[in-house]
Amino acid sequence: MPVVRAPSLPRMASPSTHLEFDAERVREIARRWSDRDGGLLPALLEINDRFGHVDARAVPILAEALNRSRAEVHGVLSFYHDLRTEPPARHTVALCQGEACQAVGATRLLAEIRQAGLDDHDVQVAPVYCLGNCALGPCALVDGELVARLDRTQLIGCLS
Amino acid sequence: MTSLGRIYVPGDAAAVSVGADRVAQRIADVVATRGIDAEIVRTGTRGMLWMEPLVEIDAPGGRIGFGPVSEHDVADLLALGRAHPLCIGPVAAHPFLATQQRVTFARCGVVDPTSVDEYRRHAGLRGLYRALDLGPEAIVEAVTESGLRGRGGAGFPTGIKWQTVARTPADARFVVCNADEGDSGTFADRMLMEGDPFALIEGMVIAGLAVGAERGFVYIRSEYPYAIRRMQEAVDTARRDGFLGRDLLGSGHHFDIEIRRGAGAYICGEETALLESLEGRRGQVRPKPPLPAISGLFGRPTVVNNVLTLAAVPTILAEGSAYYRDLGVGRSRGTMPIQLSGNVARGGLVERAFGLTLREIVEEYGGGTRSGRPVRAVQVGGPLGAYWPTALLDTPFDYEAFLERGGMIGHGGVVVFDDSVDLAEQARFAFEFCAEESCGKCTPCRLGATRGRETMERILAGERIEPNIELVRDLCEVMRDGSLCALGGLTPMPVLSALEHFHEDFARR
Repeated sequence: MPVVRAPSLPRMASPSTHLEFDAERVREIARRWSDRDGGLLPALLEINDRFGHVDARAVPILAEALNRSRAEVHGVLSFYHDLRTEPPARHTVALCQGEACQAVGATRLLAEIRQAGLDDHDVQVAPVYCLGNCALGPCALVDGELVARLDRTQLIGCLS
Repeated sequence: MTSLGRIYVPGDAAAVSVGADRVAQRIADVVATRGIDAEIVRTGTRGMLWMEPLVEIDAPGGRIGFGPVSEHDVADLLALGRAHPLCIGPVAAHPFLATQQRVTFARCGVVDPTSVDEYRRHAGLRGLYRALDLGPEAIVEAVTESGLRGRGGAGFPTGIKWQTVARTPADARFVVCNADEGDSGTFADRMLMEGDPFALIEGMVIAGLAVGAERGFVYIRSEYPYAIRRMQEAVDTARRDGFLGRDLLGSGHHFDIEIRRGAGAYICGEETALLESLEGRRGQVRPKPPLPAISGLFGRPTVVNNVLTLAAVPTILAEGSAYYRDLGVGRSRGTMPIQLSGNVARGGLVERAFGLTLREIVEEYGGGTRSGRPVRAVQVGGPLGAYWPTALLDTPFDYEAFLERGGMIGHGGVVVFDDSVDLAEQARFAFEFCAEESCGKCTPCRLGATRGRETMERILAGERIEPNIELVRDLCEVMRDGSLCALGGLTPMPVLSALEHFHEDFARR
């Protein structure tokens, strides 16, 4: 009886699995992407995933390995929302504020969550514009997991 | 031993977000405990999203469905079958699906998206075999003849784009799939990549054959982690199966695909910003000309097409261009996967030939609002699309009909709002979004969006309303005419449509 196990959404590395800055590992990632076309952004994403953020010390290492100026590396690092230069909070909530979620109360939900004092050093709540789950709003990515048809109680439940 | 055959549970991110994984797990447990002979297949979604998780079971005369199912319903559901209150009968006969014309989404929600065998059994790869017989020029001709236009939003004729790439002399050419589906209210790209990824791969291989490219990239936004994983797996599977990579299907042709993840920048859905991002730079817009078809990725001629455009290609090749062209109206040929969302009772994917009205979409498919209050406004075409009043709901869904009335169909997103919406606030939001996502390259967009937000804030506070409305109009004109790309150029569309059709929301402060 072949039973296909439920594949679940890939979990993002959580802060507990993020590594401490390690120049040798950064160099290894940079080297791996150095001969790939347009490798800087994927290299930065991999560092961001692995360490939770891109430490300033990674910039010169990347610049050297990918033969780009530090200014260019910094330019790319500072452009993209996903790339962090500080460690993330223990939990992250990306609450959709796109129009489809607005139409079902997402703006109020964000205000309520902030009022409830849930947005602190432990939990970072940030708006995001569309998670592609627009028929089932309001939606959020809670620690990388997509949740839908949210209200205040449910969202608080997800976090506690 | 009882036999239930195959039990289908969507593994699509939308279904998973409302508990499909828990339902699948519970089914596996109950089936094992009761010694039922059954196989659980994780499909994509059918697109009846309000009914997710939608569980289907094989039955004579077609699969029967149950939804929305929670893990607590599973034990009863497996015992009662058709007699269970959540049973909706034969799924394909459901009114939401029965009237659709599923061409691009024919397999989505039906097949196991990880199985090439199943893909082949459901007409997969027929387009590619045909393309190999035809050769490059005849492929381009077939796509041109079909009338297919870019489904990303701009609506540029696909065949013409391919021809330009094919005829531009170069040492290398590329095929880039734009899967940076950032428009709010759209999810068809994600649904297709998760529910029928081989269709996209097949379309890209055909594009590669047509223009003489050997490398392709799929640029997927980071907000779609599941689609990224599914596409990566599908590319690996396709390579193992031999319809991707070197000497594909023994044809002597080579074409390979690399999956690249975005990093949370809406502007990277703009094709030139996407190319910059793929090259490892800030996602800033390039001035056009040169067109990407002449000088695109790494300066080479590049096909940049949306997921839905490329996924429509295999059918055009397999069934012939006339089959596709005969669907639709005017200069909008074929089908459009319309995504219905927001405050709507039955949200989901509606694939129909062009020409049905906005009213049919919102009222007949959507069933009105989720809140039960009257529909007041409908935004079509993403955050840069116009807000439509109910008086214009009889507009046919067609590129030109929408343009004539000051809107656009964009990527096919239809977002419904009830009468609690404040369109002046939505106009403010349009500027805020533009300010947040502007790449900063051109002044009208970078500065205009911020000044626009500030001016709308004054209007919302009741300060000098009419003169400030005049300022907003003036600003919109500058942004529309002076911006480098569609972000700055189209932000005026939601603002001006809100002003035109819902002026009372601005004046009543």
